[in-house]
Amino acid sequence: MKDCKSYSVAPPLADIALRNIWNLDMALDVNTRTETVELLSREADCLKHKLEEERKKLNDVTLANVAERLEEVTFLNIKPRRLLKGNQAKMLCCDWSPDKRHIVSSSQDGKLLIWDAFTTTKEQTVTMPTTWVMACAYSPSGNLVACGGLDNKVTVFNISNPEEDPSAKKKTVGTHTNFMSCCLFPNSDQQILTGSGDATAALWDVESGQMLQSFHGHTGDIMSIDLSPSEIGNTFISGSCDKMLLLWDMRTGQSVQSFEGHLSDINSVKYHPSGDAVASGSDDSTCRMYDLRADKEVAVYSKESILFGVNSIDFSVSGRILFGGYTDYTINAWDSLKCERVSLLYGHENRVTSIKLSPDGTALASASWDASLRVWA
Amino acid sequence: MLIVLLKPIGILCSYIFKAMGQSLVIGSERSARRKKQKADGNVAVDTPTVSLTAASMTDLDNITQHQIVYKKMEQLMDRMQDENTGIPVRTVNKFRAKVPSVFTGTDLILWIMKNVDVDDQVEALYFANLLSSHGYLFPIDDHFLNVKNDGSYYRFQTPYYWPSNIFDPENTDYAVYLCKRTMQNKTRLELADYEAENLAKLQKVLSRKWEFVFLQAEAQSKVDKKRDRMERKILDSQERAFWDVHRPMPGTIITTEIDYRKLKRYKELSTLANGDINSLVPIQLPVKTNIGKPTIESIKKDITAMRLKLDRRNIKLSKIADTYITYFEQYAEYDPFFTPPEFSNPWLLDNVEVWDCDKHSSLFSYRKEVTVRRIKRWAFSLKELLADPAGKEHFTKFLEKEFSCENLKFWEAVQNLKKLPQSDVPKAAEEIWTEYLSGDSLNIDSQSRELSRKNMSAPDRWAFDIAAVCNRTFSLCKIKNGVHVYHLMKSDSYQRYIRSEMYKEYLNTSKKKTSMKGIRSIVSFSGKRDICPS
Repeated sequence: MKDCKSYSVAPPLADIALRNIWNLDMALDVNTRTETVELLSREADCLKHKLEEERKKLNDVTLANVAERLEEVTFLNIKPRRLLKGNQAKMLCCDWSPDKRHIVSSSQDGKLLIWDAFTTTKEQTVTMPTTWVMACAYSPSGNLVACGGLDNKVTVFNISNPEEDPSAKKKTVGTHTNFMSCCLFPNSDQQILTGSGDATAALWDVESGQMLQSFHGHTGDIMSIDLSPSEIGNTFISGSCDKMLLLWDMRTGQSVQSFEGHLSDINSVKYHPSGDAVASGSDDSTCRMYDLRADKEVAVYSKESILFGVNSIDFSVSGRILFGGYTDYTINAWDSLKCERVSLLYGHENRVTSIKLSPDGTALASASWDASLRVWA
Repeated sequence: MLIVLLKPIGILCSYIFKAMGQSLVIGSERSARRKKQKADGNVAVDTPTVSLTAASMTDLDNITQHQIVYKKMEQLMDRMQDENTGIPVRTVNKFRAKVPSVFTGTDLILWIMKNVDVDDQVEALYFANLLSSHGYLFPIDDHFLNVKNDGSYYRFQTPYYWPSNIFDPENTDYAVYLCKRTMQNKTRLELADYEAENLAKLQKVLSRKWEFVFLQAEAQSKVDKKRDRMERKILDSQERAFWDVHRPMPGTIITTEIDYRKLKRYKELSTLANGDINSLVPIQLPVKTNIGKPTIESIKKDITAMRLKLDRRNIKLSKIADTYITYFEQYAEYDPFFTPPEFSNPWLLDNVEVWDCDKHSSLFSYRKEVTVRRIKRWAFSLKELLADPAGKEHFTKFLEKEFSCENLKFWEAVQNLKKLPQSDVPKAAEEIWTEYLSGDSLNIDSQSRELSRKNMSAPDRWAFDIAAVCNRTFSLCKIKNGVHVYHLMKSDSYQRYIRSEMYKEYLNTSKKKTSMKGIRSIVSFSGKRDICPS
């Protein structure tokens, strides 16, 4: 049965050859064509080899070696500080308000909740006409929230007036051809950047709903995007089920750099706060860090006792600690420089779907399938 | 009818063959399985796809989220069941009755502590619970799949029931299982309340098929009765644990649930669970052809991509590592996980002073509140300075004194342009052009100006980026030696600002203020990292 398949890969060429068996010229033509494929792939192999060698040359040390001179992180004392209990449904995403105290969460039952995380009260509830709202985000002003998911759309609600029903001021901004997996406001209330299961990302104008730019290049579902923290803010990174990270230029819609290394779906991507590196978390139960200047992977964060995939990651303010939310219901805190785990946070009772550091870096929020949000500090 | 009957049994057989290929440890279990094969063996002939299952499974490993985990767990199970280095499995006497093939929770935790890189006993227990909740090992008399670190007894699941073999068993199978248990008159097989409820529900749903369910249950129960008593004990518990994974007790987590975002890709797979093993074949085809069939175009694309990568000038890892460390050392003071924030952390001490203070700072009276730490941060980079409203204002004042705030204004205007709604962009772009670029007020090279002029014919939000910043795509624009406002500011006025008396004075007055207040200790820059209060 397996053999059959390997035959079925070849047919186009074999087929042509058979059809042209009387026509020598044509047959020759076919031959040259096969050769070009061969030649090209040989060239590609050669280049690949060269590339690897070049990279080895740059690999003069490992990150962990250099970081040996640093003190060990032994004093982390992170505990759950707040528990925000939702309604029965799985929490899928959360995001901090710029006021550092409110959190928006989206869940499987289509509810969008605005929480005062400090007092653990639900302040506003929006019911979406869809289930599995996979992504939500606060705008930089804190007046708007965007969300979307299984409905393939990104919808914006104005939540600035707590007296008013937010769904009265609802606006559908963009539509994908598959579920929307992630969204963010790129430094402005007027635009939304989305990633989707249709393998594309897109930049939308909030007011008109116009697509300003679309980003094609991935061959699998985009699971996560993150905006560059640099002052210019014209680039963003995306991670996908095709196991690739792509760096995009927002103005041209072109991908300008790519990173590979993961063995399975990438679920989460995040910029190092310096903007010089990106980290990713994957179903292969590792987190990795890639440097934009070295154009390659510089660190892998994994452990034999961690079997499950990583769903969401975030950095601490200094970039030293990388938090990961895992399918095994835990949050692992990694020393990103020494490449070792420094803390393991238990508490959630089902998989952790989303973790976010608060804007001032004082706390970490996590959303889980156990229908709750937690704030850690 | 007969074909319908044979099919599921055939599938079960193929799983058994898969299991046979793997080493199994518990002796009595092994013989039990052999017997089961004999019992079902006569039908196995009808399924030619037996060998396929094992092969396909390895291909699928890369596809599902769960398979990756299962594979790792199964490797571990092999190690755990190793005759020499694994966990000792015994037959024990409990209340004068023999309990075959068990081990204690303590043994399990000890083994994990010794053989897996867990940090402590808590993690080892957590790890054991994960294995248990996926059904690889289970408590011998509890529907709740968990592990305790004590003398309670646990048993290994047979590979035949591993979740990787059957993702999503059908309700009919569940009905047959429950039905079978009602037929066997044993206290240990009595249905729990929730199981009885499930059975009642299934009977309603499957009422048309119920005769078939009943017949099959009867047949299975007959086969069971022929078995040795000890073997039956083991098999019964393993079957129960299997259903505890796939139809768990209310209130426990369903570990086999798939993330909806991934479900699309698994849809084809879930049909497989409904029994037809042949459906395995078409799934892997698209995957294989995608990888295995390079076209000239795709290779050419790869080659250009790799050439580009080779052309890049990359930095050595040692240098890069240094930059991360420098960054950390610089920002450790501002990372609440390393240095306690200036005001108490609101999450730890229920004090919202920080946030209140913050509100002020961005609105009116920030000048009173700007702390030394904050001012120090302005010296890190121009980005930090401009990100702080107080910093930006102070910098503007400095530039006004020097009569050179045009650059900053232009930079801000360009940044704001990017943030506008699409409908306002052309007008705003026009304004920027007339105000900054048409005249000579701004020191910009002719090429950038020319490019900006070109962009003005159809202005978008990035029309002036070239003039305002230097960036990645720059070299592509074939503009060299361009003077770019941002870099001009960075290398010129910003440097002068940081060295200026004005900045130093501001920093010093703030320092004095703080020391006069004398309440808030400022951690020295070189970084004595205090332990966060819990």
